[in-house]
Amino acid sequence: MLVLSPLLVPLFTAVVTVLLQRHQRAQQGFSIAGAAALLLCALWLMQEVSSGGRIQVALGNWPLPFAIEFVADRLSALMVVITAVLGLGVLVYQTSIAEPAGESALLHPLLHGLLAAAGGAVLTADLFNLYVWFELMLITVLGLLVVQDGFRHLDAAFKYFALNLLGTLLFLAAVAMLYGTTGQLNFSGLADAVEHPELKAVIPVYVAMLISAFLLKAAAFPLFFWLPASYHTLPAPVLALIGGLITKVGVYVLLRLMGEVFVDQPAMFYEALGWIAVATMISGVLGAAYHWDLRRILAFHIVSQIGYLLLAIALATPASGSAGVFFMVHNILAKAALFLIAGIMWRTAGHYDLRRIGGLYPARPLLAVLFLIAGFSLVGIPPSSGFWGKFLLVQESFVQGRYAWGGLALAVGVLTLYSMVKIWLEGFWKPHPQGAALTATTPRLTPAYAVVLVLALLLLVTGLYPEPLIQYTQAATAMLWQRSAP
Amino acid sequence: MTLLVLLSISIVVATAVYLSLSRDLFRVVIGLTMLGAAINLVVFAAGRFASLTPPLLASAEDAQAAAVANPLVQALVLTAIVISFALLCFALVLGARLRAEAGNDDMRQMHAAEPVAWDTVKPPELED
Repeated sequence: MLVLSPLLVPLFTAVVTVLLQRHQRAQQGFSIAGAAALLLCALWLMQEVSSGGRIQVALGNWPLPFAIEFVADRLSALMVVITAVLGLGVLVYQTSIAEPAGESALLHPLLHGLLAAAGGAVLTADLFNLYVWFELMLITVLGLLVVQDGFRHLDAAFKYFALNLLGTLLFLAAVAMLYGTTGQLNFSGLADAVEHPELKAVIPVYVAMLISAFLLKAAAFPLFFWLPASYHTLPAPVLALIGGLITKVGVYVLLRLMGEVFVDQPAMFYEALGWIAVATMISGVLGAAYHWDLRRILAFHIVSQIGYLLLAIALATPASGSAGVFFMVHNILAKAALFLIAGIMWRTAGHYDLRRIGGLYPARPLLAVLFLIAGFSLVGIPPSSGFWGKFLLVQESFVQGRYAWGGLALAVGVLTLYSMVKIWLEGFWKPHPQGAALTATTPRLTPAYAVVLVLALLLLVTGLYPEPLIQYTQAATAMLWQRSAP
Repeated sequence: MTLLVLLSISIVVATAVYLSLSRDLFRVVIGLTMLGAAINLVVFAAGRFASLTPPLLASAEDAQAAAVANPLVQALVLTAIVISFALLCFALVLGARLRAEAGNDDMRQMHAAEPVAWDTVKPPELED
């Protein structure tokens, strides 16, 4: 039951918030309570798996290769905790008027639906069930896009819909062919079945389809065009949740499938993944360098950071997996913090476009400090959390002799610094172009500041004292790529 | 039988790809839906067409003896059909709204979310 709580709690909250649509206060309150309950369950789950090892539930009491199975181990528990932290943070931020997101009555049910879908996708150990969770994720994001109800939101929703549906269909086709060949949908059943020597020739074809589908979902080069076309139309809190979470769930699933299920794949796949990772980093960071709109800069940086996570998969060892998971935790927090800061900047200075704003450093020193913490984390300046993530990743690629990948990853860091310095100089340092056009008093921004402060503290603590998290991720990823080892 | 299904799947996929690459909004929606239908046929085909015997068996031994149809793929394909139907309805409404807002249904005219970047140095400003 505890394993299923990250699905059941948000689903229950979503249902109740639908029923409370007419009572906005009550809806908001219940929604936050639901997110807090989710966080408690997630922490409890993490505590259980860290002390007692993996927990699994086979639904319907069927014997195991046939039942739909949910598994919580250290890796999935960590993802669930991060999801819950982000969900709670975004909902608290939403109560301040930093950007009220239109406050459609459907916003809260959709957000909880998204949390449930992410939890399900992380915990499930069944390929077809995974497909269902990804469809739920797609539908809730589409809902969050269209509840804004403007021409550009609809336009963004259509582009998101068309390209993501293509990815989901590719995924479903791969699932069907894998099932037709092996007769298995369960992860551990599949992992045993694909080692059959007669299947060595066909399985990589299906795995390539699966990888392509998840590369599209994760916004990797050259399949990332849906992301910068749609994300920036969302309001800041929703954008923080979606931008922090969705693409990373795609990467997480890819890591689990490649590391645990389809372990013994041709070396060519990993070679290709590595170059795709590098191309993703570079194209994302260059896209960000061109733009002046805060949301678009940060959206392109999501693409760039996905490259680092894919690099961890391409290196394919427990050590690289551990570095990747550490980087993922850091990146989800840093990305969400930056989007939320962008929301406060928009509220305070009046625009998202850096050419139209300025003067935030003298007016809001606290915001400037918070931005520096999150921005430096994203770049990877020591002693921030991003430094450790990149350090572990680049170290592992050098150990494996992949100097080009590691070197390019470091170079991309410099370009990331360029974007952050641009935001700093234009948004914080230069005077506001229209004189003192800053909103003199910004009432009720306290919850927004509080959430960003907590995220920044988490980033700082991870950066200054990374050992517990590194040990946890090392234990969490010790089982990856172990099957084929002699 | 297998050849027939293979042939029909490939025809549907070809049609779907042709429609999805169109500039016309509704053709894209119909194309993606047809692609979904083709993939549903793939899921269905994963369960073999060898037998028409229903899988109603008295004991587990019978399953080894009689070659029965695989019921699981039918459950899978049913799930996929329900999801793709819901998405089709959503996409049709979305397309209708988009067409009403844009005044035409040419996909190349839709730059509301991403204004065209004419200048190589200065990106266009977005609303709000």
